[in-house]
Amino acid sequence: MTMMTHPGAEATSSWEGNIEELRNLVSDRALSGETLLLNMGPHHPSTHGVLRVLLELDGEEIVTCLPDVGYLHTGIEKNIESKTYEKGVTLTDRMDYLAPMSNNAVFSMAVEKLAGLDVPERAQVIRVICLELTRLNSHLVWLGTHALDLGAMSVFLYAFREREVILDMFEMLSGQRMMTSYIRPGGVWRDLTPEFLPALEDFLGYFPARVSDYESLLTNNPIFKDRTQGIGIVEPEDALAWGMSGPCLRGSGVNWDIRKAMPYSGYEQYDFDVPLGEHGDVYDRYLVRIEEMRQSVRILKQAIKRLESAGGGFRSDNRKFVPPPRAELGRSMEAVIHHFKLWTEGYTLPDEEVYVGIESPRGEIGCYLHGTGGNKPRRVRFKTPSFMHISSLGMVSQGHMIADLVAIIGSIDIVLGDSDR
Amino acid sequence: MQIPAALNPADALKGKMADAVLDVKTFRDETTIVVEPSRVPEVLHFLRDSRGLVYNYLSDISPVDYYPETRYDGRRFAVSYHLYSLLYNRRLRVKTYLFEDDPTVPTATEVYPAANWLEREAHDMMGIDFSGHPDLRRLLMPDDWKGHPHRRDYPLGYETVMFSFNAENIAKHKPFAKE
Repeated sequence: MTMMTHPGAEATSSWEGNIEELRNLVSDRALSGETLLLNMGPHHPSTHGVLRVLLELDGEEIVTCLPDVGYLHTGIEKNIESKTYEKGVTLTDRMDYLAPMSNNAVFSMAVEKLAGLDVPERAQVIRVICLELTRLNSHLVWLGTHALDLGAMSVFLYAFREREVILDMFEMLSGQRMMTSYIRPGGVWRDLTPEFLPALEDFLGYFPARVSDYESLLTNNPIFKDRTQGIGIVEPEDALAWGMSGPCLRGSGVNWDIRKAMPYSGYEQYDFDVPLGEHGDVYDRYLVRIEEMRQSVRILKQAIKRLESAGGGFRSDNRKFVPPPRAELGRSMEAVIHHFKLWTEGYTLPDEEVYVGIESPRGEIGCYLHGTGGNKPRRVRFKTPSFMHISSLGMVSQGHMIADLVAIIGSIDIVLGDSDR
Repeated sequence: MQIPAALNPADALKGKMADAVLDVKTFRDETTIVVEPSRVPEVLHFLRDSRGLVYNYLSDISPVDYYPETRYDGRRFAVSYHLYSLLYNRRLRVKTYLFEDDPTVPTATEVYPAANWLEREAHDMMGIDFSGHPDLRRLLMPDDWKGHPHRRDYPLGYETVMFSFNAENIAKHKPFAKE
């Protein structure tokens, strides 16, 4: 029987674990067998997906921590290069599957910047609603799993109860719970459905009290505090040097939130605070995210108000980039031509490059887009926060106990789809 | 505390090391400074540590493949460093173009530790060599993988469509159970 191998790979029988390959990566004590080398993952409940961490342990203490990613690499960047710009959006959902709207938004904004396409005000408000809901969605999963890792089972059940409501709202908007593809270049896919706003208002009515409920389970819980305070401390300088962003950076007290620093989608018109930590430990990152949920509720309430006055449609009227409404196809020849051109050839964008960074729930997600002058991009690259955070895991976890690593992985809030793309 | 006035990065760099700067471009309010590959760490160091610049955050390293075209006298690859300054709240792209037969840039890990994995990924997916990198192993692809998937001449799909004229040839190479 022929052995199945992946294309491009040499048909090697198996990896012969050769300790010499680890020279200069682990300490010399590991080579002599004085310290223990242990694989944590790729299949481990507290690695939140398929993260493998090679640990060098001296008893319970971590001497070296070598994270290994790539188990969830799906070639999304490569795939988008062979598609027209519009079709690339559906692939971006699959990167950070807990924050699909952020991925849609950053890709759409990069395309808009390259094309010089304006987005109407109403579409921008809808985007803000989506982005903040996705932040709540992601933070709720983080809260549940982080608490679960540290032994608090019930928080997980409560957090997922609320997340379910958010996913239902995504379904109202886009027809899909997770892979929304709702934010598209030029605006959003369709207008808000009639049942969406009442559902959102109802949710915002009871959600702040639920956040307080979560806090009552964890914030003053002595076991939770013991497991998180003083653990995984990141100094602000280190956090910047290692490219951390989002709540991890703000947990160390660095005030950088792209929504405030370089506002997009009209974030400058909303009134909200950026919570900051003091100590940079796991507990402060927890506090920052909890407060961010409250701030997201504030933004959402303002966005609902703005929706009444926001002008323009839910997407741009520029028919060279945005498909015409379905109803026009029966009446207008131009609409038929535009529709046909957009869904077959797509649109051409200049042979130039742009970089757009926005604040995803995990930190700065960036999209680098290089056109060819044709209808497909030359290069699409996503800078993803999880990737940067995992790369700093070795620095953060050094000298901690192995059980603390679980708390640290939870607190930097990784999504492996985000990291591996 | 008095914050020193912000300087134009292109002018400051030209004043300090004019021979390293090949070109300065602006598109949609994004500044790109094209520099010689061998001078990249020096340039990044200058941009990070100078008064009035302080690009203290490395957002991203993005390699590009221009195949089958080339830029700047036959250079096939480019590497873009996306920098950000927290103090002045602005971005900057430093870009360097590389030849196909020697795609080598000195590593930026000394300046920005964050470059470590970003360079490993660029090495893995695009085949760019970062000389002096402490740990230039493959990152996303398996260790025994051949080729660099993000190069433009690397095929996207694997299976060739089977027609009567090539069916025999495909069956010969296709890895499925045979008697």
